[in-house]
Amino acid sequence: MSVPPLLEVRGLSKRFRGLQAVDSVSFAVPKGGIVALIGPNGAGKTTTFNLIAGVFAPDSGSVVLDGAEITGRRPDQACRAGIGRTFQVVKPFGALTVLENVMVGAFKATADSTAARHAALEILERLGLGDKAGIVANSLTLPERKKLETARALATQPKILLLDEVMAGLRPTEIDAMVRTFAALSREMGLAILLTEHVMRAVMALSHHIVVLHHGQKICEGTPEQVSRDPRVLECYLGSAPTAATGSG
Amino acid sequence: MLYLNIIVAGLLTGAVYGLMALGLSVIFGVIRVVNFAHGEMMVLAMYAAFMLNRKTGLDPLVASPLVTAALFLLGYALQRGLINRYIARPDHEQFLLLLAVATIITASLLMGFGPDARNVQLDYAYDSYEIGGVLLDKVRVLAALGAIGGVAALWAFFRFARTGKAIRACADNQVGAQVVGLDVKRLYAITFGLGAACVGAAGCLLLLLIDVQPYIATDYTLLAFIIVILGGLGSMPGALLGGALVGVTEALSGFVVDPSLKSAFSFALLILVLLVRPQGLLGRA
Amino acid sequence: MRSARFPILPRRVAAALALFIAAMVALPFFVDSYIVSVLVVVLFAAYFGQAWNIVTGFAGQLSLGHALYVGLGAYASAALFVRYGVPPWLGMFAGMALAALAGSVIAALSFRFRVGGVYFALLTIAFAEFTRILFDHFDWVGATSGLFLPVSNRASIDLLRLRGSPVMFYYCLLALTLGALALSRHLLDRRIGYYWQAIREDQEAAQALGIDVFRYKVAAMALSAAMTSVGGTFLAFYDNNLYPDTVFAVGRSIEIITAPIIGGLGTLFGPILGAFVLTALGEAMTSLTGSFAVSGLKQWSYGVALLLIVALQPAGLWPWLRARLGLGAVRR
Repeated sequence: MSVPPLLEVRGLSKRFRGLQAVDSVSFAVPKGGIVALIGPNGAGKTTTFNLIAGVFAPDSGSVVLDGAEITGRRPDQACRAGIGRTFQVVKPFGALTVLENVMVGAFKATADSTAARHAALEILERLGLGDKAGIVANSLTLPERKKLETARALATQPKILLLDEVMAGLRPTEIDAMVRTFAALSREMGLAILLTEHVMRAVMALSHHIVVLHHGQKICEGTPEQVSRDPRVLECYLGSAPTAATGSG
Repeated sequence: MLYLNIIVAGLLTGAVYGLMALGLSVIFGVIRVVNFAHGEMMVLAMYAAFMLNRKTGLDPLVASPLVTAALFLLGYALQRGLINRYIARPDHEQFLLLLAVATIITASLLMGFGPDARNVQLDYAYDSYEIGGVLLDKVRVLAALGAIGGVAALWAFFRFARTGKAIRACADNQVGAQVVGLDVKRLYAITFGLGAACVGAAGCLLLLLIDVQPYIATDYTLLAFIIVILGGLGSMPGALLGGALVGVTEALSGFVVDPSLKSAFSFALLILVLLVRPQGLLGRA
Repeated sequence: MRSARFPILPRRVAAALALFIAAMVALPFFVDSYIVSVLVVVLFAAYFGQAWNIVTGFAGQLSLGHALYVGLGAYASAALFVRYGVPPWLGMFAGMALAALAGSVIAALSFRFRVGGVYFALLTIAFAEFTRILFDHFDWVGATSGLFLPVSNRASIDLLRLRGSPVMFYYCLLALTLGALALSRHLLDRRIGYYWQAIREDQEAAQALGIDVFRYKVAAMALSAAMTSVGGTFLAFYDNNLYPDTVFAVGRSIEIITAPIIGGLGTLFGPILGAFVLTALGEAMTSLTGSFAVSGLKQWSYGVALLLIVALQPAGLWPWLRARLGLGAVRR
């Protein structure tokens, strides 16, 4: 590839009191690409995410975004560099309305309230939350909260969107809708996406490239077809071959 | 030698402080509620002991089991009836609830007893022991012994009694405790009762040493927090260590510098500990 | 539904507000001086409450040591006036600078060392108490004997030196309170207001959206402190005497927070509503019992009011009132 990747993770490692959570993990996300990080529970997916997003600093390794080194930066610094992220357990600003929630994100790109409001409304429309703009976030259902979480992160105009198990707890129809939304976003905005997921249905449908983690190490990577046939992957998932038709592993 | 006298006096008073702070530590360590009405409960106990002394001539030391039991019941009822609903609520709501309770207690005492200082007249108030050249006030010794007895009793309860062990289980893992069938609400109420009992006992002992008036309550709440944070939240030996440290610092600073500055040292200590080692000297990191 | 001049305030609220302001401006002409002095108490409570609301209500950082800033503002301006004849309108700035510095340092230290929640609240108390004891020994400002301003002639109005009748103070405080209201409203509509609320709601999520949480928390504290100190200046010149043990007292800090909590923490109109309700309650208690145990009963009633609010309506009276009046469109 002649074009440098948007996000490049090299030799990322993190140890927590005797447990090597992430062990020398390396992978890349190309501009406009969609990469999925999968693996059994405890494989180190969320830790890797948190290392990239700045929640913790890695013990060693580097994270480079669009040519700039962002290793060990604080989460707000990482965001300003272009990382947008959602949380596994959604964290809405409960007492604020849906619109205000997204405006908080939009303010990263502009200091003007009117501009922020317009940008926020636009994103809400795009994600189908437009009619909920005046609703207090605490009143939303789970799928709506997930969409809000995504909308808020998108409002920061990120270069790459990190989605942390965003499909968890959703019904199959909702999952398909989210997949369509993200695919469209990626296509239309040229947005790169890095997602961690257990829901294989979504992973197979959405990602261009998959990285498989197990016990903190990368054991395999490739296209969805390649990965679903790799014996090491099948092994670590207890012998069941993930396909596009089955549910979560 | 004079310094030794002062330090020992400080240690003895510190034992009583330790018992008081222990109540706070137990409440926070198990229930995770910040009891901002701690000093107020103690002052309530002090007035109770004062009244008993006035009406029946009972020495606060002798009255302490009674007062302690009464405070236990009060704490139990308070937790069960009111505070329990706030355990899952945000910190500042809990805090405000207890602040309201504290205000009501202080105001009630003010209305009932007036603002003047009250004390008990003890015929042994000026007696002292001399051990190895060190002069010890009898009142202080008795108070300290009472405090140490109280702490020992509490320690034994948590170590050996079934309920005590159940409470410790709760503190360690509330969900696990429920799964095993422990009645968490009842255990929490007992814990709060025990915390209140601690200040009940401490109050009786403190009455041997100082005068009581409604307004000292806030100072003692803060003192309890200082000791607990210094020693480490949830740590029994920590509460005692903290109490000893504060007692000695107070005594020394009262003598070396201006007595009115002694609180300043305590607050400075609190600030330092909160910034540098918030888990306290003996708390877990 | 949105009035043109106040984009976020519905027309009904704007109208009610205008009516309220007009009433307050006209009031001293129709009531006796006792009522005016009671209203001065209300306005002090409302103003301090609004200042405190910024750091605790908007930004979500519980400060229980705001008496520190009252004291710094009061002593700075009073001392400069007594010693050097500096008019309070200038001395006020010295107070603001001191208070903003103190607030920033306390906030910066605390948040740098990751002290938050209840521990932070305790820290603010500790700083206030420490300062109180310090001032007890600060001879230049009179230490425990107190600092006294020359008694003012109530008949004449000297605005420059803030010497005058309660009516003069009434209008000054009314202007202050309305100014604080306008400032709060303004900030809530701008990025800083949104960021503060985001920090209050979920600090981690706020960080993930690019907010430098530390900076904004310190800013909230500094602004709140500076605003509070201005109130302190007026308090000094109204009371004409200052003692560390009353100005810096924990009791004062608690007094400051009671009105906004009862009225509605984090709302725009909560502190003002709370101030009226609480003062009315206090006056009712006073008249109920005459001179019998006045201070105890008032405090007792405040405690009960606080308990009821926390138990039944923790969001405060304003949200409840707003819902009742059908003004639900505005969330503040």
